[in-house]
Formats: sequence, structure tokens, C-alpha cells
Amino acid sequence: MKKGVMRPGHVQIRVLDMDEAVKHYTDLLGMIETDRDDQGRVYLKAWTEVDKFSVVLVEADEPGCDFMGFKVVDEAALNQLEKDLVDYGVGVEQIPAEELKDCGRRVRFTVPSGHAFELYADKKYTGKWGVSSVNPEAWPRGLQGMKAVRFDHCLFYGPELAAVYDIFVNVLGFHLAEQVLDPEGTRVAQFLTVSMKEHDVAFIHHEEKGKFHHASFYLDTWEAVLRAADLISMTDTSIDIGPTRHGLTHGQTIYFFDPSGNRNEVFCGGDYFYPDHKPVTWKTEELGKAIFYHDRALNERFMTVLT
Amino acid sequence: MAVFQVVNRTTGDHFTCQEGQSVLKAMEQRDLKCVPVGCRGGGCGFCKIQVLEGHFECGKMSKRHAPPEAVEKGEVLACRIYPLTDLIIECVPLPEAAPAKQTTKNR
Repeated sequence: MKKGVMRPGHVQIRVLDMDEAVKHYTDLLGMIETDRDDQGRVYLKAWTEVDKFSVVLVEADEPGCDFMGFKVVDEAALNQLEKDLVDYGVGVEQIPAEELKDCGRRVRFTVPSGHAFELYADKKYTGKWGVSSVNPEAWPRGLQGMKAVRFDHCLFYGPELAAVYDIFVNVLGFHLAEQVLDPEGTRVAQFLTVSMKEHDVAFIHHEEKGKFHHASFYLDTWEAVLRAADLISMTDTSIDIGPTRHGLTHGQTIYFFDPSGNRNEVFCGGDYFYPDHKPVTWKTEELGKAIFYHDRALNERFMTVLT
Repeated sequence: MAVFQVVNRTTGDHFTCQEGQSVLKAMEQRDLKCVPVGCRGGGCGFCKIQVLEGHFECGKMSKRHAPPEAVEKGEVLACRIYPLTDLIIECVPLPEAAPAKQTTKNR
């Protein structure tokens, strides 16, 4: 957080059918619908999140991710980061306050992998859903499905990882927590953090620009991940792989798809990061184990199916 | 409930598909692998097929992978088509997989 970027704040996901998507993200994932706007977008949050929304669904002709937003500590940090991006040669676009409801101005930029990101300082503080901020109970009643705890991170596929690294690490103050290196020492995957988490955003090398691999949501326990797997079967939801464990981050995980084919993850556990930690390295020779620690083999669908 | 026959001319596989069931789901239920399985949501384009004969209904598909002009010609995603008659299909070659080769250098 050394440059004032605090945490993942939101992701706008394109869906083919809004009603099906809302049902998936609320009934199955357990997010809470908090608003809709005149563009037809639907705003959702997970129950422990203190701001009004973290996922925005928008109906479109093709699925994928429009942008991911990071919240910064204050307006002064936003101004400085905007200047730093421009000075570094990154083009920025001003998105006015209220373009997303109850969200302040956003500074949008596209990195060389083809993905759009935003920085913002203000969003309406609504507090955790269903629990008081004074003498709070452990959890709220009435949560649905997987009872997602929070929107956690995204994984993107695209080219130019070194140039993306430069922007996130040198301009925005992220740290490299984990990486995958090929035999020539070229970084083919980078897991970046601004927090104690192993990743707030991650990139894997892919020739085509701007591809979306998944949006991930945190659960408390392995038991909750197994329960998520039960719910995926009960609802006949398209599964990708899991429950299993990653070598990278050591998180315990399951992957599945929303009704438009966007991949979701719910996970628990995993390692932690402090800024004095050196990056953890996995080698491509052990990529199977790096990605699926138990199977130790790659699943082609996981590597190639993208929106 | 009506049951339709689906024949994959590329692989010679054939399987039955119930009314209202997607071609991809019918194939997966019989443990066949004659069409690649991706997201199963009309989003990723992995299960693209060419329908050579027969009628079907379509669910929503990504216009990137199934643009209307291709759908007109029967080029569709198997996860999002629901047979109304027996179908003859063939596989559509996937675009060459992007080589897992890095063009940018580590610093």
C-alpha cells in the first residue's frame, strides 16, 4: 500500500442474460443486490464488505470483464497516482463521479496486457450487511448459497507481463508475491499484492490481449469450499475444477462458471505476504503442481477457456 | 418427452438428446468427448460446431464466437443449442492455440 492503493474495490462483469446472472451471483454465490442503474446494470456486494458494491453486472453481447477498480486511501493519493501514471506514459481517462452510482470519480487506464483498471477514493460506506458495527454478531442470518465473504481478486490473461509489472509495481506500489518462470527465466505468471494477501490481482501470459480468466471470492473455511461444491452440483452449475489446492498461493479452491461462461472461484486459506517477503517462484517444469497441487497436472480447460 | 439423435460426422460418435437439453450436455452425460467442453455458458466458444442437418433452438451465445451471420449458417455453440429434430453435426477446428511462449522479458 506504499503508494496509497488500498485494495480491490470492484469489477464490472459482462453477462449475456441479466436475470440468470443475478440469480447466479445472489442465490448461488450469496452476494446481496444493492442497486440498479438506468443503464440496467446491477450492483452487488458480499456481506463483509463495507462499501455499497463490489461487483457490477452489465448485459452485453459477449461476456468478459470491462474493468477492475482499486480503492485508494484518499483523494490526495488519487491525484498523485493519476499524475504518476501520466508521468510514466500511461494514458488515463476520467470517469466522473456517479457514473457508477454512489461512487466518486474514477481514473481509468489500460495496461499493455489489454486490461482496463480504475482507481477511485470514494464509494458510499454502507457497512457490513446484516450486522451492526457496534457489538456485531458473528455473521448475519439470511445469507444465500455459498455466503461469499468478499470479492477478493481477479486473474487476467494477456501479453506484455513485464510492462504490466512495471506499472503495477513501480507506479502503483504493488508487490510481486509469487511468480512462474520458464526455463529462460521469463516470467509467465505474476501474482501482485497491495496487502497481506498473496494476490490482489494476477496475470498469466497469453498471446491474445484483454482476456478474463476469473473473478474470485473468499470463503472462511475448507468446509465452506466443500459446501460450495455441493451447491454447484445441487444447482447443476457448470464446474471447471475442484475442490482442490493450488501450489501457487497454496489456497484451497473450486472453479465454476457463471451462466454466461465467466469463470468464478471461491477459495479459502493460502499464504500471506509482507513487503519484506521475497517472491515465491514456481518453475514451468512444475506448472501442473503449481496450479493444481494434488493432481499435479494441468487441465487444458483451465488454461485455455477464457472470456 | 421427445428424444433426438445427434450424429457427429467428424468423429462418428452418436448420442441421444432429450427435448430441452443442450447438445453438449447430452454428450457429456454419455461420457463422450467428441466436442470440446469449455464454460458451458455460451461464452468461451470452445464447443463450436457446424450443424449440417436438422433444426434446433438457440440460447444466448457470445456474439464474438457465434455472430448472427455464422449462426444463420449453422455455426453454433453446442452448449447453447437445443434440438427440435435429429441433428448431424461436425466439429469446427479451434483456432490454433496461442503458443505458450513469452514475448516480453523478465526484469
